[in-house]
Order: sequence, then structure tokens, then C-alpha cells
Amino acid sequence: MTSIGTGYDLSNSVFSPDGRNFQVEYATKAVENGGTSIGLRCKDGVVLAVEKLIQSKLLVPGSNKRIATVDRHVGIAASGLIPDARHFTSRARNEASSWRKQYHGAIPVSSLADRMGQYTQAYTLYSSVRPFGVTCIIGGVDEEAGPSLWMVEPSGVGWGYFGAATGRGRQAAKAELEKLDLPNLTVEEGVKHAARIIHIAHGDNAGKDKDFELEMTWVRVDKANVVEVTESGVVKGHGRHEEVPKELVEEAEREAKKALEVEDEEDEKMEES
Amino acid sequence: MPSGNLSIDGIHVDMEHLKKGEVNLGTSIMAVTFNGGVVLGADSRTTTGSYIANRVTDKLTQVHDTIWCCRSGSAADTQAVADIIHYHLQMYNVQNAQSPTTKIAASLFQEICYANKDRLSAGIIIAGWDARKGGEVYSIPLGGSLHQQAYAIGGSGSTYIYGYCDANWKDGMNETEAVEFVKGALAEAIKWDGSSGGVIRMVVLTERGAERKIFFPDEDYQGDGR
Amino acid sequence: MNHLPEAWGRPRDDVYGAYDHSHLRPSMPNQHTQEPIVTGTSVVALKYNGGVVIAADNLASYGSLARFSNMERLKQVGTHTVVGASGDISDMQYLFDTALEDLVIKEEYQNDGHHLRAKHVYSYLSRVMYHRRNKFDPLWNVLLVAGWDDGKPFLASTDLLGTTFSAPALASGFGASLAVPLLRRVCPDEESVAKISRERAIEAVEECMKVLFYRDARSTNKYTMAIVSGEDNKVDIEWKKDVELQKQSWKFAEEIRGYGAQIV
Repeated sequence: MTSIGTGYDLSNSVFSPDGRNFQVEYATKAVENGGTSIGLRCKDGVVLAVEKLIQSKLLVPGSNKRIATVDRHVGIAASGLIPDARHFTSRARNEASSWRKQYHGAIPVSSLADRMGQYTQAYTLYSSVRPFGVTCIIGGVDEEAGPSLWMVEPSGVGWGYFGAATGRGRQAAKAELEKLDLPNLTVEEGVKHAARIIHIAHGDNAGKDKDFELEMTWVRVDKANVVEVTESGVVKGHGRHEEVPKELVEEAEREAKKALEVEDEEDEKMEES
Repeated sequence: MPSGNLSIDGIHVDMEHLKKGEVNLGTSIMAVTFNGGVVLGADSRTTTGSYIANRVTDKLTQVHDTIWCCRSGSAADTQAVADIIHYHLQMYNVQNAQSPTTKIAASLFQEICYANKDRLSAGIIIAGWDARKGGEVYSIPLGGSLHQQAYAIGGSGSTYIYGYCDANWKDGMNETEAVEFVKGALAEAIKWDGSSGGVIRMVVLTERGAERKIFFPDEDYQGDGR
Repeated sequence: MNHLPEAWGRPRDDVYGAYDHSHLRPSMPNQHTQEPIVTGTSVVALKYNGGVVIAADNLASYGSLARFSNMERLKQVGTHTVVGASGDISDMQYLFDTALEDLVIKEEYQNDGHHLRAKHVYSYLSRVMYHRRNKFDPLWNVLLVAGWDDGKPFLASTDLLGTTFSAPALASGFGASLAVPLLRRVCPDEESVAKISRERAIEAVEECMKVLFYRDARSTNKYTMAIVSGEDNKVDIEWKKDVELQKQSWKFAEEIRGYGAQIV
């Protein structure tokens, strides 16, 4: 960052001469220091997972949830400043609720992501506010698009993904996500991969000595609510966002740790030879 | 002013609700689903009291590409409501980059009819075609409740054809059968209801889009509807 | 006494005389409540040892016209509760599809392992009903809330005025006159709930639906029944949808000739 300290980074509403908004870039830095979040869009649902770094041993295990329910069929996982994520989530809930009031139905995940993108972008325009220090992964399943996964960044930009990652371990996580055939995975398989990827991402960066909790949710369609299953097995209908059952998370974590150990052993062997 | 015991006949409540001199769509309207689409039908009579203010009215109104409605009750009220929905559906289309479903259109109608129930006299049937659900029909009677149906009938003339429709309705008709069903039912309604009359207008909604048909009383509603 | 929903919430004409509007006339135009238009008739419910049975027929009437014959008037709210509504259908749809949906979704935000129980749903509904009557814009319904709460069956009622009460046997509308006496023969008080089996309760409610079909001119022969049963804090809700009345009694009509002396 060449022009740090030249005075163009003090306000949102001022561009630097080379056309950058430094406040947004600093917000992105805040995200890069946060725990890793990932999202997987599978054929029959969406998986969200976060690496929740434990700030104190005095905290109750499982408390301070980092993945939030926005509507029945939508969840949000966020990396970055937690209070900002809370505000973002609260706005998303209001959008989903007002959609229901107007249209008597569930908001399409794409429309929610679009609205949240616009909301976030408005916080890059004015000198009286600072941008959001979070990148949010919005996942859900709806009637029109089936499983749907979006990531909204502090700049307000938002894209649709098959696999999304943000936070400190995003590089390693992205590398792992790219190896997967996500459109043909089931959510059950997705859960296993998500656990493994969060563990890899955790080991890959500076905070690896810190304890973390793996938090995982999914959005799937109950049998009764399936509207359509396409030829490629994509399930459409109104999904349900909920925590992945404890036993499944534990099993996935066991397998993830085992896979990591094997990898480590192989690395050692390579060093020997 | 309502008295302690109201007339239990909801149809008369409809008429009393109109303000003096208000133009009333006496009306026989209906919409019918069939294999691959939906057909809307209506007579063309508009009355003020017993004077026919318009004998060639068009009561079938487009609110989106393949979402239409049949209007009954106050002409002024239902036109205003249809115009508002037309606006909302256009906005929906551009803001969400996808077409509204028939269900969404019907829910918007319901919201307005329910929230303003003490100011409106509007009985509306919404019919639409969309790629996922095919033809769908929704009915919103006076209070602003919403009812999805395989077919719906409405307006003062409909009371005379409940029996006809129940006896002649078949599940899974083709387009021709559906048009004949609507034509037969509306012809009966027009015959027995003094507040219904004139031509029979229809709109057929399918994958092909919207197509109009018209049948004339001096031809006994025969012909192919042009 | 007039049991039609149109007359609910009004002082009885035979006791108090017809309402006198004249004192209102000179002041501002006074826009009032409304009236129910599309209506549903009775809801019937009975507690038993281990749960509650609740039922309502599938008819939505338009005046005396049997206009919609597939209208379900029971709704499951969360995991512990079923609400039944009689009266105005548009208000019922507002409560079921907008207000209660919103309540349940917002409850799920917390994700703290707590669930809405029947008592909570009932409390919420009765506050909404009373609030709306205070705005002189009532929701024209009588609601029965059936559920499993704190290890016990739960059954209570609220109406367009926000009146609240609870009993082991409840029914709204015409059922308040016709079904409640029948149900009280099975279950006279709270103590006797323990003596009633699930089968006995279902049978009693089915019998009520039949009597109501015989005697309520706004009823139909198809109904929906929900059985909320519980054991400690585990709840199960069984649905019987689109059930047709069984074993009706009509054959005796053959023996009926004329209306007095005639025997042919």
C-alpha cells in the first residue's frame, strides 16, 4: 500500500489520487484478521462453517454463535468485526421479514444478497460512517434457484459462488475448495469437507496455537417441501437453516484430524527422503 | 349503517357497499386451469343501477406478461388496485431480475384488499402462467382472504352457475375443452343474471404467452373466438 | 340466540334490544370495525390423558353459500402447538400466515435451544386479539390453542375481544352450544382428564363433528383433526387431513311420515 499516510485514508468520501478508497481497504484488513468462514454450495443444500477462535477459556463452550439464522431458509457466516456482523445480520433479518410482509413468501437468496450488497455499499459513500469490517457469506435454498451461496465484501461487491472462503485462512481454504466437485456433492459430503477445510485453514496461519471451535450449519430442504429435483440432482424448494447435528460434526472433525495427521506424516517422509 | 343483525347473504353486502351512483361490475367472471395453462373469461356488462353504462367492457386486465386478473365489484376500486399491482410487478421484475410468480401477484392483491377491506368493494380472480407451476388460479373475495383453486368463479352471475360448473368440471382438460367449459358457464350466467350480459371475452395464458378470444351474443357465442 | 359469526361480539338483541346508533350520528364520520365475510364455523377440542384432540371442518362460507370446501382451519405453530380458528377467514389467514409465521421465525433467531410452547403462543395471540379490539378494529375470530406444555396437555381460548379462558373441553361458535355439553359428559372437570384415553377423546370429538354437521347449517362433512400428544417434554402431533364423517345416522328418516296424524 504505497500511499498510506498521505491523508487520503482518513475519510470515506475522499478518493486517493490513484482512485482508491482506503477506508474500504482497511476494512478488508479487519476481515483478514478474523476467524476463517467458508460456505459450500452442494447439489441438495448449502453448508456454512466458521473457525471460531476462543478468546478466553472462561467462555462457555458453544456460546457466542457466529453463524446466524436470517430467515427459515437462509443463514449468514461472517469473518471480521463481530459487532459489525451482528448489525449486518440484523439488517438482513429486516429485509427478509419485510419481504415476507410484502409478498407473503420467502425472499430468494439472490435478492437478499443483492439488497445486502446495496446496503453495504452505502457505507462506503459517506464521511459520517465507516465501512463494515466484515465479509459475509450468505447461504440458503429457495424455490427458484435451489441451493444458493453469496459473499458480500466491505466494498459492497457480492458474487454468487459454489465455494466461498473469507477470513485469515481463506487462501488455504480456497485452495482446498477448488479441488472439490461442489456441484455434485451432497450436503453430508459437504459437511465432511467443510470440517476438514476449517482445520486445514486453522493450521495454515499464525493463530494456529489458539484454540478454536468448529461451528457448522446447513440449509436443506425437508422432504415435504421439495418443489423440484433437476436431472443433475439439484434440489429446489424452501430450505431450512439449522445447526448440523452434533454427532455429524464430531464425526466430521474426527475424520478431519485423522486426514491432517496422515498429511503431516507424508510431509515428514518427504523431508526424510 | 350496519344494524345489529346483518343480512347473512354476503352477495347483498357487496351491492350495499357501493356508494350511490357508483359504477358496478354486475359481472360474471371466471378462470380455469387446464393442462399447460389457464383461461380467464368474463361478460362485458357494466351497470349503474339497471342502466347499462357500458355494454362492451373489458374486465380482463393484464398485471404482468402472463399474469392477468378478472375484476368484479366497484369498477373504480378494482381498476385502482389492478394499476397498483401492475406497478409492483414491474418493479419486482426489474429489481429481482426474474419474473414474479402468480402466487406473488396474488399475495400482493391480497395485501391491498385485506389492508383496505373497509374501503374497497373488490372481488378479484387472479390467473397466471409461469414456467415452474404452469397455470394457477387464485380467488380473493370481499374480506381479502386468498384461495387457490383449480377453477374460480365470481361476480353476481356466478351464483347461478355453481351447479353447472361443479357438474361439468374435469381435471386435466386440454385448451379447447377449457375454453368450451368457460363459454358454456358464462353463457348460462349471462342468461340468468340481469347484471351480466354482452360479449364473452377470454384470455388464454400458456407458454405461448397471452391470447385473446371474443364470442358474440348474436352468434350464440359460437365460432372459434377469432 | 344467534350463533352466526356475524353476531359475535354484539350484545344480544333479545336481551338488550337492537343497537342504537343515533348518539354517534352527529359527530365525526365514525368508521367502525367491519364484519366477517368469508367465515369458518366451529372448532372443537378436548384434553385427554397425554394430550389434546382438536378438530375443525374444511368449509369457508360466504354468507350462506358454501363457497370454499377445502379450507383448513388448524395450524401447527412451532413443535408444541396447534391453533384452530373460526370466524373470518381473511383475519385467520393474517394470523396464521403473517403474524404466527413471523413469531416463529423470530423465535428461531435466538437459536438458544428454547422453543415456543403452547402457553407462549396462546399468550401472544390473546394480546394481539385484545390489542386489536382496543383499536376498534378486531380480528373477527374465536381461537382455540391446543398443545403440550410443561408436561401437561394445554387447551385455552381467546376471541375477538381478547377474552381468555381455559377448560378441559372447549368449542367455538355453534360448537359452544352443541359440542361442549357433549364433551362435558366425557370430561366434566380437570380431574377427569386423567381418566380419558386418546381413543376415547378422538371418538368424542368425532361425535361432536357429526352432531355439528347435523345441526349447523354452516358446516360440512369433511374436517381436519390434529392430536397433540406428549410424554414429559417430547411432543408428537398427528394430523388427520380431509377426513370424512363416518357412521352417520339418516336411515330413520324412512320411518318419518307427515308431521302429525298422517301415517302414509
